[in-house]
Amino acid sequence: MSQVDIQQHEENEERAYGFWLFLMSDAILFSLLFATYAVMVTATDDGPTRSEIFGYWRTVANTALLLCSSLTMGLASIAIREFDKTTGLRWIFVTMILAFGFLVLEIQEFAGLVAQGAGPDRSGFLSGYYTLVGTHGAHVTIGLIWMAVLCLHLALRPIDPIIQSITERLTMFWHLVGIVWIGIYSMVYLPGLYQ
Amino acid sequence: MTDLRQHQRDVRTYLIGFGLAVVLTVIPFVITATGGLSRTWFDLAILFAAIVQVLVHLRYFLHIDLRHTPRENLLALGFTGLLMVIMIGGTLWIMGNLAARMMGT
Repeated sequence: MSQVDIQQHEENEERAYGFWLFLMSDAILFSLLFATYAVMVTATDDGPTRSEIFGYWRTVANTALLLCSSLTMGLASIAIREFDKTTGLRWIFVTMILAFGFLVLEIQEFAGLVAQGAGPDRSGFLSGYYTLVGTHGAHVTIGLIWMAVLCLHLALRPIDPIIQSITERLTMFWHLVGIVWIGIYSMVYLPGLYQ
Repeated sequence: MTDLRQHQRDVRTYLIGFGLAVVLTVIPFVITATGGLSRTWFDLAILFAAIVQVLVHLRYFLHIDLRHTPRENLLALGFTGLLMVIMIGGTLWIMGNLAARMMGT
């Protein structure tokens, strides 16, 4: 490794560490939204309860989409680390389709609930629900935009250490989004669906 | 040659993690669909599967490893876990206590 390479390598490690700290603070944000939801879950104000509004197969589909996207994002990051642009682009593209599918299902779900009068202003329970799941959905959206920007980078430039560093951080971000979803289906959807 | 071996190892790590994650996802969904457990056991089973799956994601997707991950990253992760326990546990404790005391009124 030349001096420049070593310098670049150290810089990338520092970036990854800084981003790791950001992800940890993001995780704390989500843990507070989970706590809020848990406190609010019984505050239904005679409106819809958690056992009435969730769909089993929609939750299965959302979970499958996000879990598969964690794998494809990981495969993209491996390819880009190995300077394999075609494979990297292909996996990012698949990840984007999966993430987009997830968002479509989630927006459909929210729109359907609002249409039956179960909007975020209906009760404390629904406020907590939309805040938690909506914040996660916002993260998915940001991830999707970030992936699009990365595709643009890849299309315009050869793979260099900077692109590899960006990919590494995007992958970390995406895995956090996947981990938060485990909490959401375990603490929000499945307990509501269990009769 | 070593590059190819490294590549296979990286991909295998992801595939193992994905396989474990699928199993740990299918279990709670099947439990939910079949029913039959009391609420307490259901909650415990779901919580257990979720915690194990988070550990699987950390280990196989985020490559957290007690020996190779830099100490400061582990410290940040551990401190985050501690804060979560304090804040979630504290919130539920205080609000649960408050709800119990407000019952009579």
